[in-house]
Amino acid sequence: MLAGPVGRDDLVIRGARVLDPVEGVDAVLDVRVDGGTIAALASELDANGHRVVDAGGLVLAPAFVDPHVHLRTPGREDEETIATGTAAAAAGGYCAILAMPNTEPVVDEAEQVRALRARAETEARIPVGFLAAISKGQAGAELTEMGALADAGAAGFTDDGRPVASAGLMRRALQYGAVTSRTLAVHCEEQTLTRGAHAHAGRVAAELGLAGWPSLGESLMVARDLELAAETGRPVHLMHLSATESVGHLRRAHERGVAATGEVTPHHLCLTEEAVRSLDPNVKMNPPLRTEADRLALVDALRDGTIAAIATDHAPHAPEEKDVPFEAAPFGVTGLETAFAALYTHLVLPGVLRLETLLERLSAGPAAIFGLERPRIAVGAPANLTLLDLDRRWRVKSSGFRSRSANSWLLGKRLHGQVRLTVAAGRVVHET
Amino acid sequence: MADLRVVGHGLVPPPRERRHLLSIADLDRDDVERLLATARSFALSQARETKKLPTLRGRLVLNLFYESSTRTSSSFEVAAKRLSADTLTLKAAGSSVDKGESLRDTVQTLAAYEPDVIVVRHPEAGAAHLVARATTARVVNAGDGKHQHPTQALLDLYAMREALGRLEGVHVAIVGDVLHSRVARSLVQALRLVGADAILVGPPPLLVPELAPCSHDIAAIADADVVYVLRMQRERMLAGANFVPSLREYAARWAVTPERLRPGQLVMHPGPMNRGVEIDARVADSDASLVVDQVRAGLVVRMAVLYDLLTAGPVPVEAAMEVA
Repeated sequence: MLAGPVGRDDLVIRGARVLDPVEGVDAVLDVRVDGGTIAALASELDANGHRVVDAGGLVLAPAFVDPHVHLRTPGREDEETIATGTAAAAAGGYCAILAMPNTEPVVDEAEQVRALRARAETEARIPVGFLAAISKGQAGAELTEMGALADAGAAGFTDDGRPVASAGLMRRALQYGAVTSRTLAVHCEEQTLTRGAHAHAGRVAAELGLAGWPSLGESLMVARDLELAAETGRPVHLMHLSATESVGHLRRAHERGVAATGEVTPHHLCLTEEAVRSLDPNVKMNPPLRTEADRLALVDALRDGTIAAIATDHAPHAPEEKDVPFEAAPFGVTGLETAFAALYTHLVLPGVLRLETLLERLSAGPAAIFGLERPRIAVGAPANLTLLDLDRRWRVKSSGFRSRSANSWLLGKRLHGQVRLTVAAGRVVHET
Repeated sequence: MADLRVVGHGLVPPPRERRHLLSIADLDRDDVERLLATARSFALSQARETKKLPTLRGRLVLNLFYESSTRTSSSFEVAAKRLSADTLTLKAAGSSVDKGESLRDTVQTLAAYEPDVIVVRHPEAGAAHLVARATTARVVNAGDGKHQHPTQALLDLYAMREALGRLEGVHVAIVGDVLHSRVARSLVQALRLVGADAILVGPPPLLVPELAPCSHDIAAIADADVVYVLRMQRERMLAGANFVPSLREYAARWAVTPERLRPGQLVMHPGPMNRGVEIDARVADSDASLVVDQVRAGLVVRMAVLYDLLTAGPVPVEAAMEVA
């Protein structure tokens, strides 16, 4: 399902704390990569003539998987390209990302998927999976040819950016999912409750005079899609969850045995509606930042596994579109290059989330949801590795991004934790 | 006039770093007291034959209006001129805004003239914040979307204090379309800063319970010292908007009429008024109405705001002494 370069690098990473919570590894070890595959895992390995990376004091973890990225290609290459978006991902410690189909035009035909995959083979820095639309043109009226799209290599289906408003169409899409065995990912928004909204319908929006996007606008649709998943017996993946009520619905669905998964973004885990008081367009996103109670519910759900994946929802925007009055600005922020450091700084360092949990939710969690091979540190596995310097502090600057866009909510902020080296599909793709 | 004793001594001078007036939330009580006292001293200067003061000679005040405005734009222009500042007023119609130029580009172009203050009104919340990010001038928000209109709230406080002699403990009923009103948002915050309080009265879909206590019963205005009537924006009543069924139904239940007021209550309105909709003409023209006082207060309060942003010194001594 992924398309992109595969490498056969030789490398010895020496003396890192090797931490793969799923494999149950947590020890200071040397890791040898032969021809892109992890060949040995032991203390004091022979370099075998390979390049040696001295990683004393650093953490070596399975590289990350981002299930939710907007590469803006085709159509808005001024905001991001396959090359810049995957370079940004490599810098963020990712070995694979999934690209959303809400491009111009929308990815809704097999030929487009084939063309994007072909471009990724030559342009991408790390492997990319391309999702295709659920409905033609994401117009919510007719199903795409999901079988043909899956055959062409679509990594999943979504109308992300907008909801599948029709329950009937969503039900058909879930039923038809049996044919493609690809994951259906949904953007949950009841648009009759959110039209014209700019921020969470709460105290801050009320005080600022911004039309409100209520939690119910998400949780009603979450409840509907979970019921449809239960009724059809087909799994559904809930994207960028933001509200306490949505998490409650997902938790109860799990208790009933419904096959459903969820993801959450770094900004929803770190920020609340209070950030909107700045009227900085770089804290305007859909779904919106909500209350501290919502944020804590999301952290809890991430901790206990109700939400299995962290997704950046990396949404690059051109400065002329984003650097406008808050109300005029489009939704969305970038996140690939800051996700780990933001979460390490805001959640792990204060003791709210264990490092092991963070690493799992950034890697094995999202991989499992989309049926991708789990990045792992074990002999015989393809090398998908990220080397983390937890002590390094750095400042987020608009000039420092590999992404073509700089609409980050973290501009000017100091973060702890830096990705020093990324190996994706057997190839060193990032080093600092 | 007990609260005015502070004038001339004890007033905290404004901070020296570059400041803006983007929201009432930028101010504390000391700031409000200082601005109102400064406005009072300017009011005395306006009673003289020569109304022009040399205070801001050589300064440039740029008025940038992306929304129609009569009283706010004219009042800022006259305020700047009375302080001897140069003024340049640009309205969206007829400027390069018509040609699709972005707010940031317009502001950066005008920045070439090195304005000291940019006064901006814009239909979108956050516009004044954008201007503040894009220039080195001081920025005054003259209304952004439904967010804030801080000088309106300050002039309302000024007019209330002139009429009542106090602000502490004053009870204000704000009646009408609170939801779409930047005036109401600014005023509620400003009242809270000076120890006054507000109740919001109107049709439930147009009230904002996060701001202040609410009632849908017009009888709830009975306890108020001041009944502050908001303009019913006709576009909100278009078919399908569904905030209220019709203007007729609104007027029947929530219009401020002589019958609904008790003697001694004061009535305010930010203008422009829809007579016969939110306010009865007999109320608008009665002695209880402070509408004209509000316009007059607008001039001196905006003089005070411009003065305060451009000087870090105390209140003009000569005028302040007269008050003390």
